[in-house]
Amino acid sequence: MSALVELRGVTRIYGEGEARVAALDGIDLDVNPGDFLALMGPSGSGKSTCLNVVGTLDEPTEGSYRFRGVEVTELSANQRALLRRNYLGFVFQGYNLLPRTTALENVELPLIYRGLPARERVERAMHALDEVGLAHRAHHAPNELSGGQQQRVAMARALVSDPELVLADEPTGNLDTARSHGIMELLASLNRDKGITVLMVTHEEEMADYAHAILRFRDGCIVGRDERNAP
Amino acid sequence: MIWTTFKLAVRQLSRNLVRTALTSLGVLIGVAAVIAMVSIGEGARRAINDDLAAIGQNLLFVVPGSGQGPGRGVGKPFAERDLVAIAEEVEGVRAVAPSDSVSGVAVFEENTFTTTLTGSTNAYLDAMAWGLSEGRRFEEGELLAGSDVCVLGQTVVEELFGEASPLDAVVRVDDLTCSVVGVLEAKGQNSFGQDQDNLLLIPARTFQRRLRGHRDVALMIVSAYDGVDSARVQADIESLMRQRRHIREGAEDDFTVRDMAEVLSMLDGVASVLTGFLAAVAAVSLLVGGIGIMNIMLVSVTERTREIGIRLSIGALARDVLLQFLMESMVLSTLGGVLGIGLGLVVAWGASVALEIPLLVSPLTVLAAFTFSGLIGVVFGFFPARRAARMRPIDALRHE
Repeated sequence: MSALVELRGVTRIYGEGEARVAALDGIDLDVNPGDFLALMGPSGSGKSTCLNVVGTLDEPTEGSYRFRGVEVTELSANQRALLRRNYLGFVFQGYNLLPRTTALENVELPLIYRGLPARERVERAMHALDEVGLAHRAHHAPNELSGGQQQRVAMARALVSDPELVLADEPTGNLDTARSHGIMELLASLNRDKGITVLMVTHEEEMADYAHAILRFRDGCIVGRDERNAP
Repeated sequence: MIWTTFKLAVRQLSRNLVRTALTSLGVLIGVAAVIAMVSIGEGARRAINDDLAAIGQNLLFVVPGSGQGPGRGVGKPFAERDLVAIAEEVEGVRAVAPSDSVSGVAVFEENTFTTTLTGSTNAYLDAMAWGLSEGRRFEEGELLAGSDVCVLGQTVVEELFGEASPLDAVVRVDDLTCSVVGVLEAKGQNSFGQDQDNLLLIPARTFQRRLRGHRDVALMIVSAYDGVDSARVQADIESLMRQRRHIREGAEDDFTVRDMAEVLSMLDGVASVLTGFLAAVAAVSLLVGGIGIMNIMLVSVTERTREIGIRLSIGALARDVLLQFLMESMVLSTLGGVLGIGLGLVVAWGASVALEIPLLVSPLTVLAAFTFSGLIGVVFGFFPARRAARMRPIDALRHE
């Protein structure tokens, strides 16, 4: 089985001279289709940087990143944007919904950039909201929704374009335990039922337990891998 | 996609109406100024051209002396036989009228009015293509004898007689008294802003006898038939007068033939230069409006950095972001443009009423102003939009 994501010797350096920090220090990582991996480690260990590099939001200073066998470091900014558009979905800690824009419209956004006709957009966005259990809140703006609901909208936005890989950066970081479990169950079901590959950064061991495996980060390196639930 | 982007832009701009209104204001004022200036300028030129048509294309003024302005050479005045000579010897001449004027206070009963007293003949009315609204012209006998009769302009009639008919009334102007035999048709203002109807016409002989004490002709007004080349008539008059005044070859003329059409077309040229100049000043305010848009768009891009990051992460291409911000600045500037066209038309209309010039709005000007305002949005919106489009997604998302 060929890997969906292949990182080889990926290094990401921030700053120069005295302030020079290697957020990633030559990591190797394979993510196979259908994987559900949790990235854990202390602050500044490089787990978020790793997620951003895989999400093509950030670029490695050195090393090779192949996505579906394509060398991403050789792609133009435009091609990387198309890669995000067609294959990736993001869930952020702070939800990152557009303010003063209804849940439905937020979920529609990725489909607008895909150039879908309005009718189909609304249909698919409503379906995605239904999947996260928020169809009844479709016409509410983010500030009218609870944190858990906002994160569900963000998840609907991530999955509305049928991505191959969902990248979640501390998706439960702002939520209480009950709501966090709700989000995790949703992520796990996406992975299980739809075969969507999930890469998640988290602080909480409890949430990481939903993953198939936990990758331990320290000082820009992956220092361990704990298998959890076999797929 | 364009329609979706347009709706998005309208929505974004409607969220902060005060800012949108203030940002559009610059372009609004600029476009209004351009429209108003061009319309007023065109109206003024039309007014001048209407005058040109009214006085006839072929009106020449022959005055003694050479050149113009200070230091202009003096020449001996003309005589009545010069009028006859021009009428008989120059081809294509319709009428030759003597003319001399002084300012005087006309009095009728309790009413007084300062007017221009002009001494001439019926040829004056022929030359100016001026009809009568009441009464009659001078009779041949009155002209020859220099009788105390007069023909009044409309303004003088209104000031002295109001609604009543002035015919056969006796009007006094300074030491002269005359009985009114006719009233001229109204002509209105000329392009110099003078009221042409403020006039009291008496026979040339009367004027000479009562006011001048000699029989010189101060000014000759020559009108040529339609279709006759006024430059040729001018040249013929010049050579005839040189001959009659015994001017040697090579010596300078001691008289001047002025073509009214020439003077007016010069005035027309001045008006069009002035229009261009005012429009250029107005265009500068349009430029300032554009800079205002650029300024606000830069602020907007900075404020919405996070939004840009979100959009880039969920699949927007750089050009999608570029288009989004460009659309916003274009909507801003065309909004200003449309409102500015409205305001400009109102100002132009007000000016046309106040200045008594025709309201001339060429659709081309309006179209150009509209297109230009849109163009301003593109030009001044491009830099902010490009800044938005060039953001790295990770930096934009992390922006606080």
